[in-house]
Amino acid sequence: MVPLSWYLILAAALFSIGLFGVLSRRNAVAILLGIELMLNAVNINLAAFWRYGNVLHMAGQVFAIIVFAVAAAEVAVGLALVISVYRKRNTVIADDIDLMKW
Amino acid sequence: MTTETLIWLIPLPPVLAFFLIVLFTNKNKALSHTLAVGAAFLSWLGSMIVFVRALGVEHLGEHPFESSLNWLPTGDTWFRIGVLVDPLSAAVLFFVAWTVLMIFIYSVGYHNYGQPEGDQDVKGLPPRGAIVNAHGHKHAVPSVEPMYSRFFAFIGLFAFGMYVLVLSDNLLTLFVGWEIMGLCSYLLIGFWYAKKSARDAAVKAFMTTRVGDVFMLLGIAWLYSYTGTLNFREIFQPELLERMGNAMAFPELAMRWPALFPFISSFSIAGAIALLLFVGTVGKSAQFPLHVWLPDAMEGPTPVSAMIHAATMVSAGVYAVVRMFPLLEADVTGTSMAVVAFIGAFTAIFAATIAVAQNDIKRVLAYSTISQLGFMIAALGIGAYVAAVFHLITHAFFKALLFLGSGSVIHGMEHGVLHTGNHHVDAQDMFNMGGLRRKMPITFWTFLIGGFALSGFPLITAGFWSKDEILAEAFGHGHWWVFITLAVAAFLTAFYTMRQITLTFLGEPRTKEAEHAQETPWTMTVPLVILAFFAVAYGWIGVPTGFPVLGGLLPNWLHEFVGGTLAEHPEALAFNWIPLGTSLFVALGGLYFGWLTYRNVNSPAEDRLQIPLLKNKYYFDEIYDRLFVKPAYWFAETFVYKWMDQGLIDSILHLFGPLTDKIGSFIRKYIDLLILNDAGDGSYKATWWFGRNLRGVQTGRIQQYLMFALAIFMLVGAALYFYFRYFRLVA
Repeated sequence: MVPLSWYLILAAALFSIGLFGVLSRRNAVAILLGIELMLNAVNINLAAFWRYGNVLHMAGQVFAIIVFAVAAAEVAVGLALVISVYRKRNTVIADDIDLMKW
Repeated sequence: MTTETLIWLIPLPPVLAFFLIVLFTNKNKALSHTLAVGAAFLSWLGSMIVFVRALGVEHLGEHPFESSLNWLPTGDTWFRIGVLVDPLSAAVLFFVAWTVLMIFIYSVGYHNYGQPEGDQDVKGLPPRGAIVNAHGHKHAVPSVEPMYSRFFAFIGLFAFGMYVLVLSDNLLTLFVGWEIMGLCSYLLIGFWYAKKSARDAAVKAFMTTRVGDVFMLLGIAWLYSYTGTLNFREIFQPELLERMGNAMAFPELAMRWPALFPFISSFSIAGAIALLLFVGTVGKSAQFPLHVWLPDAMEGPTPVSAMIHAATMVSAGVYAVVRMFPLLEADVTGTSMAVVAFIGAFTAIFAATIAVAQNDIKRVLAYSTISQLGFMIAALGIGAYVAAVFHLITHAFFKALLFLGSGSVIHGMEHGVLHTGNHHVDAQDMFNMGGLRRKMPITFWTFLIGGFALSGFPLITAGFWSKDEILAEAFGHGHWWVFITLAVAAFLTAFYTMRQITLTFLGEPRTKEAEHAQETPWTMTVPLVILAFFAVAYGWIGVPTGFPVLGGLLPNWLHEFVGGTLAEHPEALAFNWIPLGTSLFVALGGLYFGWLTYRNVNSPAEDRLQIPLLKNKYYFDEIYDRLFVKPAYWFAETFVYKWMDQGLIDSILHLFGPLTDKIGSFIRKYIDLLILNDAGDGSYKATWWFGRNLRGVQTGRIQQYLMFALAIFMLVGAALYFYFRYFRLVA
């Protein structure tokens, strides 16, 4: 059987890719994509720890499903915000959206 | 309506009239006097109904009309107040109702209702008359009192106080009525408040009676703390009275220093309480040594004098002692009775001697009131309960008559003064009068009846029967000194009364004003006639059964009726010729000597009894002034104001001012400014500096924030890692 650490390494790699995407991409939609990657990396962790722990405790699976639901909602809100910003300011570049500063 | 309900209602009309007049009808003279007289009439009507019903009850003394209700919660029990009509209060109610109604009606005429308003009249001064054009020429007529409505409001309240007092079944509400009258006497004596003499007299009356009232209140408090009740019928239970009569009032004093205070330490509790209550009476009924206020009270309008002297105030004082008589009698030592008898007899003769030398028609009557009250008090002191009540009632009638009569005389004289226009003539000085019998016949005849009743003119007048009974009781019970003193006082009474009648009505007019005196209107003369009827007829209900010829013709109703108030019915005295002879002699002799001496006297200079000592009332006013008033002023002005207030307290305060100023400026300079202010300023400056320098971090770029967060996360993560790895050694 594949050892637990492989899953963890996969999840960590996916999380780092997502984080890099969030930090480096200029397009707000791409940043949202990165966030999705990070959330799914967490889901892999949850599922892996469930599978390698006490299988009868369903918390890991349930938590993964809750994360899906939250992610879906978050994407819906996030995309709506992006579209709204685009309509107002005609841009989706995150660095240009900097009204909230001193 | 049940009798009890009716009794509750009797005092209400006058007080309602008071409030209505004060609140609504002050401007309307006719409405005001209608309200007041109507209220007095309603109370009179109620009193008469109650009186008649009381007559119909057998053994009213044991089964009086009683009704009470809870008033104040006192712990687990209630303090109850209520009304009580026993024979004593019924008899008193009778004369109070009559005299009050008569005085109210009389006041309408006295204050010149229906006359024009005077141009020069001001509030607070007696009206000075008005000029009217009639029959083609100007002449002066009396003018209406400027504060007409106020007068009726006040006497309404006064009457309310008296009704409350008479109908109370307990000492507390009696005291309430008592104090209401104290207030009203102050207001009415000072009715013409723009006169300094009236103001002073009002204050004097109030303060003097206050001295007595304080002691009375002490007595009430003591009685309540000892018996737990103030209800008359509860206090007068024979067992309770006996217990109080035998208990020592000051046991410690009697045990430790019996020789030091032999007088005080011998008191029983009953005697001590009765004497404290008696001091209240001494103030209210103007007995020696608190008699000084009553003559000065003549400053008020004459109906007020009648009100105070007959219907209400001083009668209330005697009524209170009569009420508390069982307590007085319960004192086994008899000391308190002796004190009461002494005060009464001394006052009777003391005031009579002063009355002889007074020239003001009202002042003579004032001193005669004090003297006659002394008779009643002395009668109580020797245990002559019924005689005291008898004299109280007859005196109320003839003294009300005399005062109203003197008011009528003054009124007639003022007519004369207005006619001649000489306002320097004192309308109250008897030496300015003379010969008024022809000008004012109704006033003369009624005054004569009143005067003869006061002197005790034999057989026909009420005063004779009541005074004779007091003398007979004093003689029959062996109180020689009281008997002799009162006999001399009675002689003097007849003497000065005849002097007054002679100077006022007989002979020829001594001044032009007296020549032009005029009979007063019917509102004044009708009350005189009615009171004159009682001044004569009231005596017939108290004729002793043993009296020669007349005795037994009419039953001695008063003795049976009033005597029934006491638990032990007093026995009628056997007839004796000596007191009767004495009383015949002093009355007729006094009257004859009075006429003989004064028929040809025309000026004060010819009056040989104008002795300075008597004229100045034994200098009591001056002595009290030195002893009490001056020290009180000194205490207030010099001691309290100059020394205590300005000297001591102000200097302490002046010390505090600068000291507080020093402390304050120290705190401001070194604590407030230095520490608090700078710290406050520093905190805002630091916040401002940090904000200014750190604001560059706030770029508004989401990815930079995330980078910060990542960096800090990694730093914290690294720190935690190293911490656990190398220091805690748990991982």
